[in-house]
Amino acid sequence: MTAGWPMLKASLGGATTRFARTHDPVLLFLFGGVLAILILASAIGLLLQRTAIGDRARSTIDNLLARTRSWWKMCAIFALTMFMGPAGSLLLFALLSLLAMREYMTLIPTRPGDHRTLLWTFFIITPFQYYLVAIRWYGFFVIMIPAIAFLFIPLRIAVSGETRHFLERAAKIQFGIMICVYCLSYAPALLMLRIPGFESRNARLLFFLVVVTQISDVLKYVFGKIFGRHRIVPRVSPSKTWEGFIGGVLTATAAGAALWRITPFKPLEAAWVSLLVALLGAAGGLVMSAIKRDAEVKDFGGMIEGHGGVLDRIDSLCFAAPAFFHVARYLLVP
Amino acid sequence: MKAKPHPLAIAVALLARAISGVEVRWAGCRPDARQRIYFANHASHLDFAVLWSALPPELRSRTRPVAAEDYWDRGLRAYFAQTVFHAVLVRRRAQEEQADEEALAESRKQIECLATAMGHADSLILFPEGTRGTGETIAPFRSGLYYLARRKPEVELVPAYLRDLSRILPKGEVLPVPLMSCVTFGEPLHFDGCETKAAFLDRARAAVQALSCRGPQ
Repeated sequence: MTAGWPMLKASLGGATTRFARTHDPVLLFLFGGVLAILILASAIGLLLQRTAIGDRARSTIDNLLARTRSWWKMCAIFALTMFMGPAGSLLLFALLSLLAMREYMTLIPTRPGDHRTLLWTFFIITPFQYYLVAIRWYGFFVIMIPAIAFLFIPLRIAVSGETRHFLERAAKIQFGIMICVYCLSYAPALLMLRIPGFESRNARLLFFLVVVTQISDVLKYVFGKIFGRHRIVPRVSPSKTWEGFIGGVLTATAAGAALWRITPFKPLEAAWVSLLVALLGAAGGLVMSAIKRDAEVKDFGGMIEGHGGVLDRIDSLCFAAPAFFHVARYLLVP
Repeated sequence: MKAKPHPLAIAVALLARAISGVEVRWAGCRPDARQRIYFANHASHLDFAVLWSALPPELRSRTRPVAAEDYWDRGLRAYFAQTVFHAVLVRRRAQEEQADEEALAESRKQIECLATAMGHADSLILFPEGTRGTGETIAPFRSGLYYLARRKPEVELVPAYLRDLSRILPKGEVLPVPLMSCVTFGEPLHFDGCETKAAFLDRARAAVQALSCRGPQ
């Protein structure tokens, strides 16, 4: 990574200065909208706190307020890194990958023979994947983890000489790096798409993806709390209901469609891309819940107050990012 | 014992905490300035630094590790053990069972040495397995904890379980993997005057083992 740093700076330098100078005014406007939503959410939370009666309602409201407090912090970090230009977003997502993988690998049982393999995944494969995004090497970026790291991980474990549960250990590490690093790196990879007529505005695509997935998460939660009756898969997640799912997906689709002007999509395209993103977000939440139930924990971690761990917050994004990237690339890049 | 920890000790503790992302749970007692012997499972070089850093700063300067003389008496190791952390060095016996007169006298001397080091105010951190294990099971405890408990019956014996530190930095490895770990302090034990050595050591080991199950999050 140190050797590649000058290259990274050189490759991002042009884009960064261009971005910083132009400061896409639309982004300021969009984050203004985010601010308005946050203020509204905090106001509603405080109002509900005054009217809440009973222990159960009060603890739900306390959790809601904690979640809202965390949303303020997360939005601030997201906005700050985005205004730092592509390098900022890239570093943010690289850090999120490492934190998510830390939570995941802590939860799954690894054996002493996996130590060196884990060192590789944390300190070499992950930075290298983000380096490939930074230098915009698309062809290498898409195969590095699914083809190269995929084969390297079992090889490195075999070299360690410990064969007990071999396939299980290799598969668990492969899954973790696919979800936490490969899938997530598709989000900042949106910044490397060369879309004619949309130069240096790619940050809006990243904003669009993050906002649609997160809004669909929030609305699924809200609809589920208010109308939720029929659970989708009760054994995997008692809090995911059909009412929450349908309400969340439909409203997130509507929200995404309403944002079509900031994207290079046509209105109808924006709508069905948002639908896809919201559906995959739900899929991500369900799959990651199944892992948590199997490990008998409620959350992956406790880093984000009210939400749990980093991986609890970004699970939907991990599932939605690759599809969104490839659809955008298919539709927009000639 | 000095009132302030060595600056390097603070640096090591901060580093150990950063690497191990440790969550500290006081499940069976609260942090307290009374004399205690913290005893825990041992599988990583991070164990002592993380356990020590899990204590509130005002207790750290009064809490010393017990370290094996044959391992911690040379070069940089000696500097860290003796100057930085004020470790009490003890001689470990190769074979627990060779109980001839000479060995017994030697053991008594070691226990006296620990009791003197504790004085009236200091606490100790002790790893009764005697050496680092693989982290999968807790080895049988050496008898030092028993003799020390009998010698200082007024001292609280606090079991602690260190989870996942052996995965972060296993024995024989140099670079740590930044996973998250957890330190759980259990309910203090006291030496019951008529307990046999084996029964006491089993009870102490079981107390550490009992803390190993994942609690509610």
